[in-house]
Amino acid sequence: MHTVVIGVIGADVHAVGIRIIEHVLRKHGFNVVNIGVLSSQEDFINAAIETNAKAILVSSLYGHGEMDCKYMKENCEEAGLSHVKLYVGGNIVVGKQDFKDVEQRFKKMGFDRVYPPGTDIEEAVEHIKEDLNTA
Amino acid sequence: MSVHLLVDFGSTYTKLTAVDTEKEVIVGTSRAMTTVRTDVLEGFDMALEKLQKAHPDMGEITTISACSSAAGGLKMAAIGLVEELTAEAAKRACLGAGALVNHVFSHHLSKKEIKTLKQADVDIILLAGGTDGGNKECILHNAKKLAEAKLGIPIIVAGNKDAADEIDELFEKSEEEYYIVDNVMPKLKKLNVAPAKDVIRRIFITKIIEGKGIKKAEEKIGEIIMPTPEAVLQAAELLSKGHEEVEGYGDMMVIDIGGATTDVHTIGEGSPKRTEVILKGLQEPFAKRTVEGDLGVRYSANALLSLVKPYEFKKYYENGDEEATDEDIEEAMQRRHDNVDYLPENDQEKAFDKALARICCDYSMSRHVGTVEVVYTPLGNMYYQTGKDLTEIQYVVGTGGVLINNADAKQILKEVLHKSHKKLELRPKDSEFLIDELYILSAMGLLGQKHPRLALKLLKRHLK
Repeated sequence: MHTVVIGVIGADVHAVGIRIIEHVLRKHGFNVVNIGVLSSQEDFINAAIETNAKAILVSSLYGHGEMDCKYMKENCEEAGLSHVKLYVGGNIVVGKQDFKDVEQRFKKMGFDRVYPPGTDIEEAVEHIKEDLNTA
Repeated sequence: MSVHLLVDFGSTYTKLTAVDTEKEVIVGTSRAMTTVRTDVLEGFDMALEKLQKAHPDMGEITTISACSSAAGGLKMAAIGLVEELTAEAAKRACLGAGALVNHVFSHHLSKKEIKTLKQADVDIILLAGGTDGGNKECILHNAKKLAEAKLGIPIIVAGNKDAADEIDELFEKSEEEYYIVDNVMPKLKKLNVAPAKDVIRRIFITKIIEGKGIKKAEEKIGEIIMPTPEAVLQAAELLSKGHEEVEGYGDMMVIDIGGATTDVHTIGEGSPKRTEVILKGLQEPFAKRTVEGDLGVRYSANALLSLVKPYEFKKYYENGDEEATDEDIEEAMQRRHDNVDYLPENDQEKAFDKALARICCDYSMSRHVGTVEVVYTPLGNMYYQTGKDLTEIQYVVGTGGVLINNADAKQILKEVLHKSHKKLELRPKDSEFLIDELYILSAMGLLGQKHPRLALKLLKRHLK
């Protein structure tokens, strides 16, 4: 059973969506470590180290995700987590922007998968299974 | 008449408290210098003689229980993976068991750290790392390093259960003394210190006592059941929770200002008091103890100077006392450090001692209580709380020589309260102060093991 860390990054307090993500991932057999809202990069990283997580799912709904996610990959590498897959989704940028652009920017920042607003979590679950070879 | 004698082998004094369990009263207390270098029983006999002389009709002593912090108390090293998580959980388990923790290591142990452990004066090592089912690579690495180092120190393993079997084999081969117990942090941020604490106490009773030269006392007085700080913590817990239908005092705090350390114990959840506050960090133990090795009024007095500059020092004098003193602060601190039995002789020296006690109160409180931090979110201000919210603590109990023998003890204790320039610290706001005038807290912690109802009654009667 793979462990994944999920949480809402930065000064974001949207507490409902992350519970749904937790519920669905559990249903699919993942060991879910939900660190909740108002979580810093450090919280995600520390949780992933102690629980030996294979993936980190970052959720952000308030528009400042791009700032909050800056250097997350580098910080993971610094903490010995280069092998951990990074996922991000929600309203992750300010205003309405072309998603292709947004996706590219986040991929450049080191995220493995980037999801636009309104993505069905089941879709992401399939990707996680594929990436972690549990399909 | 049946007397239960409670003994506390302290680093300086051996203290006795005699309790008549039928009449339900404290018959008397006495103390003598602790004599670990020769025979610890010499000091005990001396104190007992004093007690019997003062109370010739005391009656027969039927039971004796003892605790000890002699010869430096119980010294432990804590090892974990992430500094703020399993390393911190391991440290809290040690502190809760009454130990002094001078060494905390996180991540992979290096050669240098192993060397530090070899040279350090450590009685027990607590090894943690990883949640259950989480990281096991780190704790395995550290177990291997410890096995290779052959430190000859008992090791308690309280980490990821998935690694337990491999560690078991490892230590079995190396012939180290080891104990495997439940994880101190089985799930992320969930604290589980009781199993580790139990083993710490067991090792303390069977092994540590011997090394400290106190084992000898057992032949005469029976088992030494726990380290003194744990006895104090247990007394506080009893007084807070009550016993059966007898109500306790609710959430409370004990502050023990000693010559070398200042201990703070709090009993209570300390959870956020407002809805817009979000709790961060590792779960807090219900009965929490912190120890400040650099805050003390004698042995550690000169260490205070690295915290408080001479010009700040004056702030800790009572109004008016400032003019009364023209002491050279450094010299006055050094004198107390060099001579731990030092007693103030005049008003000026007394005022200086009070100022030292105030500094210990203030700084130990800053380090013990939780803090809040404002986060500005699009939905308005939210707050992070790290640690315990102690704003609604009802009682603060003061103990330790400098407070007990001081007419102004309650004045000094005010230093723990909320301060306008330390707004983010969740200190008590409006507490009542009680002083452990007879110095019986640890004794009542011991008595409470067998007679909780009586211990509670005596605590309520004598803490004033």
